[in-house]
Order: sequence, then C-alpha cells, then structure tokens
Amino acid sequence: MTTYAMVIDTRTCIGCGDCVVACKNENKVPAGLNRDWVVEATRGEYPDLQTEFRSERCNHCGHATCVSSCPTGASHYWKDTNIVLVAEEKCTGCKACIAACPYDARLIMHPQGYVDKCTFCHHRVDQGLDPACVSSCPTHCMHFGMLDDRDSNVSRLLRERRHKVLLGETGNDPHVYYLL
Amino acid sequence: MIEEVLATARYNPKIDPTLGIWTWEISFYLFMGGMAAGIMLFAAWAVLSRKGDQLVFAHSRFALWAPVVLSLGMTTLFLDLEYKLHVFRFYTSLQATSPMSWGAWVLVLIYPLMIGQALSTLRQGYPMLAGLVNRVPGGGRVMRACEAQRRMIAWLVIPLAVCLGIYTGVLLSAFGARPFWNSGVLGPLFLISGMSTAAVLPILAGANPPERHFFEVVDIGLITAELVLIALLLINLATGGAQHIQALALVTGGQYTVPFWLWFVLPGLLVPVVFELVAARRYRWLGLTAAALVVYGGFMLRYLMVEIGQVSRWTDYAIQFDPQLLHRLVQ
Repeated sequence: MTTYAMVIDTRTCIGCGDCVVACKNENKVPAGLNRDWVVEATRGEYPDLQTEFRSERCNHCGHATCVSSCPTGASHYWKDTNIVLVAEEKCTGCKACIAACPYDARLIMHPQGYVDKCTFCHHRVDQGLDPACVSSCPTHCMHFGMLDDRDSNVSRLLRERRHKVLLGETGNDPHVYYLL
Repeated sequence: MIEEVLATARYNPKIDPTLGIWTWEISFYLFMGGMAAGIMLFAAWAVLSRKGDQLVFAHSRFALWAPVVLSLGMTTLFLDLEYKLHVFRFYTSLQATSPMSWGAWVLVLIYPLMIGQALSTLRQGYPMLAGLVNRVPGGGRVMRACEAQRRMIAWLVIPLAVCLGIYTGVLLSAFGARPFWNSGVLGPLFLISGMSTAAVLPILAGANPPERHFFEVVDIGLITAELVLIALLLINLATGGAQHIQALALVTGGQYTVPFWLWFVLPGLLVPVVFELVAARRYRWLGLTAAALVVYGGFMLRYLMVEIGQVSRWTDYAIQFDPQLLHRLVQ
C-alpha cells in the first residue's frame, strides 16, 4: 500500500482558512457543507497561553473504521493507497461510516444523499499535483507527499521535527500530521 | 486548561454540533427487530416444549406477528436511508467487517424462516387467513409442508432469532468512535430487551390466564436480567478510558440523566417489574399496565441509546459559527 500523508506546521499556520476556501472551490462543495475546517486550540492559564491553529480534515487512516463499517463497499481505499474515498454509486446513505469516524470528518451531500468527505484531492494527486488546500496555503505550512519515499518532503519533516497526530489512541492510524 | 474552537465555519447538517444522523427511524427499527426476534423465540419454544395446550397463543397465533413487526421496522429503516434508490446495494456484496452488512444478509435468511414458521401455525391460529393462502396456487402445499416440518423450523429459528436480537445491539456496539455504544454488553442487552417486549405481547393480546401468568413470570426474569446488563454497561463505561467516563457522565448528572433514569429505567423497567411481582395476578389492569410499560421501556431503551451514543464522541470542539443565529438575524 502506498501511504500518502499531509503534514501541517502548526507554528506557521495562521488560521486564515484559505485551505477551506480552496477545497470548496476545487471540489465544488455546496454552501453549508465543509470537507475541511480550522481549529484554534488554546492551552494554559492566562497569561501563559499557547495557541495552535490546525487545519483539519479526514485523516485517511491506515485502519479506517469508516471503510470497515461500510456495508456496501462504497467507502474504499483508492488504488492501493491510504486515500479513503466514497463511491457515490454504491452509497446507500446508511450513515454507518459517519458513526464510525472518530474525527466526525464525513458529511452528507444533500439533496442527493450520498456521503462525502475529503479525498486528498486524489484527482490532482493522480496528475502529480498537491491537494488544493496545500497548493493554496499562503504561509506554506501544509505539505503533502508519500511516506514510503524517504526523500519526500513529508518524510524529511517528520524525521526532523516533533509532531503529533489527532486521536492516535483510536488505533485508526491517521495520516495527517501536525508539526509542533 | 485546553479550549478547542472552530476558527472557520463548520456546520455540516446532522454532524454538527453533535451527531444526529440516526433518529426515531433507527430506534424503531432496532426495537421492532428485537421484538420480532423475541416473538420468533417464544413461538419456537412453545412448539419445542410441546406446551401447545397451555401456551395456546404462543403456539398457534404468535408466529405470524414476527414478519409483520419486522416489516414495520424494515420500513422505517428504509425511510432512514439518505439514498433510497441504492438500497439494493446492501445485497451486491458481503462486507465481512461490517455488522450492518451481516445484518442485511441475516434478514434475507430469517424472512423465509419466519414466514415458514407463521405458515406452520396459520391453519390453527388464523383459519380465515389459511383459507386465503389455500386459494393461492401451491399455497396449501407449502402450508402443509411447513406444518409437517414445524419442529425443524422451530429448531432453525432459535439460532437465527438470537442472531437477529443480538445483531440489533452489535450494530451500535461495533462503533468504537461512539464511546457510549462501545460495549459488548449491548448485544445481549438488546436481545433480552427484545425478548422482554415480545413476552408481554400475549398479555396485551388477551391470552388465557395461565398463559398470561407464564409470560409474566418469564418477563420478571427478563427484566431482572436487563437491569443487571444495564448495570454492567454503566460499570463498563465507568472503568473505561477518558472518553468512556465522559460518555457515562451524560447519564450520571449530564444532559441525559433525567431521560435515562426517569423516562426509561423507572417507568420502563422498575415499575412494570414491581407490578408483575406484586399484584398482576390479582388485578388484570395492573398486568396490562405493566405490559404496556414494558413495550414503552423497550422503545425508550433504543431511542435513548441511539441518541446518547451519537452525543458521546472523541472530538470536542466549541462551534463559533452557528447558522441558526444568522437565521434569527434575518428574521
């Protein structure tokens, strides 16, 4: 399996939300729905506060519970990678995948009714391009690439910098990393 | 202190601010599925125990209720689907890791069996209906074949009905992402609750006094087992990780404390078991009230479990953007 990862530098992310707008434009996500979002996490006690911005989305898990819970095979891995997609023509809208996702990263496309989510812009990845959110980031805090390639930007960053994943304890093996 | 706030708008319908993907349709389906499993089990048991003279209703009339009850549940399950035209997709593959896929296929196995079980009782329990079936070409032959194989059908019904009853709980407990559901106790709990709601139906349907008394005694045992399983579920959550403890707090001081204890445990389990223990034999209205409360409790269990499970989660964002507020501004 080819493993793609997104690495986001929380030190240079300013929470501008360009990634969210880029995703909506690129993927024609209807108004009122979002495949990605930005979280502002504040820790500490005043005046010792620390703020971190995180651009979040589907984590394209290696052990994706949404894939294993789908009763029709609509949720699947794309071309032997960890990129999780939903085959619209197989989706019944039973919403089992939504209940199975600990990140609550899925959404329902109304009025059609099939389930939608971040695709890591696989149509762009197929052409050797970065996902739209990564390409549009004004502070270049977002990086995308193959983890299997030791020389890729994402592998190098994860080797050199302290990082974390969200809810790693779920055992889902998420592949969106945050540099600390 | 840690505070996580959504800095950009995210208000995906039915996902935010808390999950609300499944509502009464799924609760009703789980309730009817469990009840159908219970009906099949009691009808099979009445045949296998050769107590047809004592358990007249269970022996000759009960089995027909199962396909009716399950079909009503299946109807609301269908109503819940967001992409209804694709319902056939459940039967184009078997996904080994998906309990929902297994459930869909169990239903395919169970339907012919429950219809066979019903047909085997039709002539005895519903002569008019049997007459109608007789008029259908081949209907009489099928009915006679089912009657001849009545015991074998009953034996086959038992494992499949247990699967159906347990499956209604496993469907929820398999979701690790919803801490309140994530307990192996849920499968047996839903099976026992389904059996309990089925056990009171002969009482409500006006079965004879010895049969009513038999089912009251059975139901006392089932409600007791249900109370034990609910206690185990709560202990399971209390001894789990942070997410499980947070999920438990929803019913121990949190927003679902009153509905769980005052709308479900008290009127749906404790009151009926006391009525059945104390005075149902002497006062028929008490027996009927207890039976109605058991049915109510069975539905409330599913309704609250479905709802609380969706509120319990791993993520914990405060949402700054609420479209409801914009809507109010426009007004």
